[in-house]
Amino acid sequence: MKLCVLVKQVPGSESALRIASGNTWVEDAAALFEMNESDNYALEEALQIKESLGNDSEVVVVSMGPERVQKVIREALSKGADRGIHINEIPEIKSDPFATAQVFANVIKVENFDLIFSGLQSDDVGSGQTGVILGEMLGMATATLVMATEVQEGSIKVKRELESGWFQWVSMSTPASITIQSGINQPRYPSLKGIMGAKKKEMKVVDLSTAVTIEKQQSFANIYLPIADKKTEMIEGNVDQMVSRLVDVLKTEIKVL
Amino acid sequence: MDILVVLENNNGAIHRMSLEAIVAAQKLADEQNLSNAILAIGADSNALANAAAHYDTGEVLTAEHNLLSVYNSDGYAAALRQVIDQEKPSYVFFGHTYMVRDYVPKISAQLQRPFLCDVISLKTNDGLSFAKQAFNAKLAADLGVASEGTILVSFQSAAFNADLISSGSAEIREVAVELDEGMIKTTAEEPFQEEAGGVDLTAAEIIISVGRGIGKEENLPIAEALAQAIGGEISSSRPVVDSGWLPSFRQIGSSGQTVSPKLYFALGISGAIQHVVGMKGSKNIVAINKDAEAPIFELADYGVVGDLLEIVPKLTEAILAAKN
Repeated sequence: MKLCVLVKQVPGSESALRIASGNTWVEDAAALFEMNESDNYALEEALQIKESLGNDSEVVVVSMGPERVQKVIREALSKGADRGIHINEIPEIKSDPFATAQVFANVIKVENFDLIFSGLQSDDVGSGQTGVILGEMLGMATATLVMATEVQEGSIKVKRELESGWFQWVSMSTPASITIQSGINQPRYPSLKGIMGAKKKEMKVVDLSTAVTIEKQQSFANIYLPIADKKTEMIEGNVDQMVSRLVDVLKTEIKVL
Repeated sequence: MDILVVLENNNGAIHRMSLEAIVAAQKLADEQNLSNAILAIGADSNALANAAAHYDTGEVLTAEHNLLSVYNSDGYAAALRQVIDQEKPSYVFFGHTYMVRDYVPKISAQLQRPFLCDVISLKTNDGLSFAKQAFNAKLAADLGVASEGTILVSFQSAAFNADLISSGSAEIREVAVELDEGMIKTTAEEPFQEEAGGVDLTAAEIIISVGRGIGKEENLPIAEALAQAIGGEISSSRPVVDSGWLPSFRQIGSSGQTVSPKLYFALGISGAIQHVVGMKGSKNIVAINKDAEAPIFELADYGVVGDLLEIVPKLTEAILAAKN
């Protein structure tokens, strides 16, 4: 089976965010990048499927962005993915899931993947659409928010998360594009052997910026700090002072003591 | 037709987030003198349409087919796409539910039209624009749309207040959709609940909620001691459940429960959208987090920047002392 994992490199949860000039994205230099959280679960799911199938199955990791994204591709290779494809960034489409999917579709259609995995949404743009649109463009079945997979030759059954603690099993023939919910598995750490081995694995770099027509649909026109609709009292001082003010708030303002 | 609101069926009734989308449509229709309509699709569409006909809307449409009786993304996408082709709305509004996330991107792909998702506000002062959160709710973004034609828009939970829905009276009209089994690539089984029972967090007056900032499972008793001292229930954000430190029925957020207690203590919770949609209706929010820039502070009534492992035990002690 040929398995594809889309991974994205995003500013991590601890990263500083500084709005870049032009107000459409954040400054690269200020950010601490890491693999998008749910993509890490998607990668683990693909690796576990490959291992359970054994033999000639292959996991290919695909990421779009500037050169720095090769770091997350290498990370995936060191965990056991077989090869990587780095698609050079096309800056004007980074907040456009449709155009992003169009680029992925152009690059990977020749691979004839049986399964495409992606995280349910990115921590930067957060549209949660790319995996579904890509599947649709490639004529695949799709399923989102997946919490378990059962793969057989030619088909996959997935447990989809619905709302409020409900789930549903959905079956489909491959090829299929599946978006993975965080928590589906326990992502592994790379081993030292894996890290050494990753250096020898293939990383193909693709530049598409002039090769395809991209139909841009939407973008971040202007980003800014959220406007707080609440007035927040920041409680300051040393720990004892903060605790004393908190008790005061609980007693006299919220009235729960 | 200018605005079409698509209803979602929640156990035979209109989903709360669909009502919020109707409020958005009514507001926009009022401000810009636009026409609006409501569409019920699939199972129970007649019951939903009858309920929707009592709201202030131009008309109510139904689209039914036996292949839509159990939700499936291909069937829903194909049916709605046919309605859009026939009715040509400028905007199609949805609640940003898990179901909408599952099938609406397909329509975006098929129509080659933008799906603006998880929208938190619409602005009408300078033309019409939509805004969403970005970078895990630490920033907000006004969305630009590249071209003319139908725009699909889903609204984040509580972006509009369902209580503000205007009443009216509307006619119901059926729209024909043609589907065949060849269009549907998936087979869905009946939905089921995995961990029923546990606690009903929606009834709790005080909730002590822990996030990733708790660090490790061994630190949980610190939060539990506070909950016991103050008489609250323990809950958490998703990462804590994913790590197996608390059962999933204690999870607050889009995939867990939605609560609005008198007091919500957010301990080491950054305030990711997925969590916030489940608790932002709380009457009082107290947040303790070591990251001064955590988005939870935007939402909190009281904020403490500091190490919860140091502050919470002392707070528990002080609360016990105050009670005696």
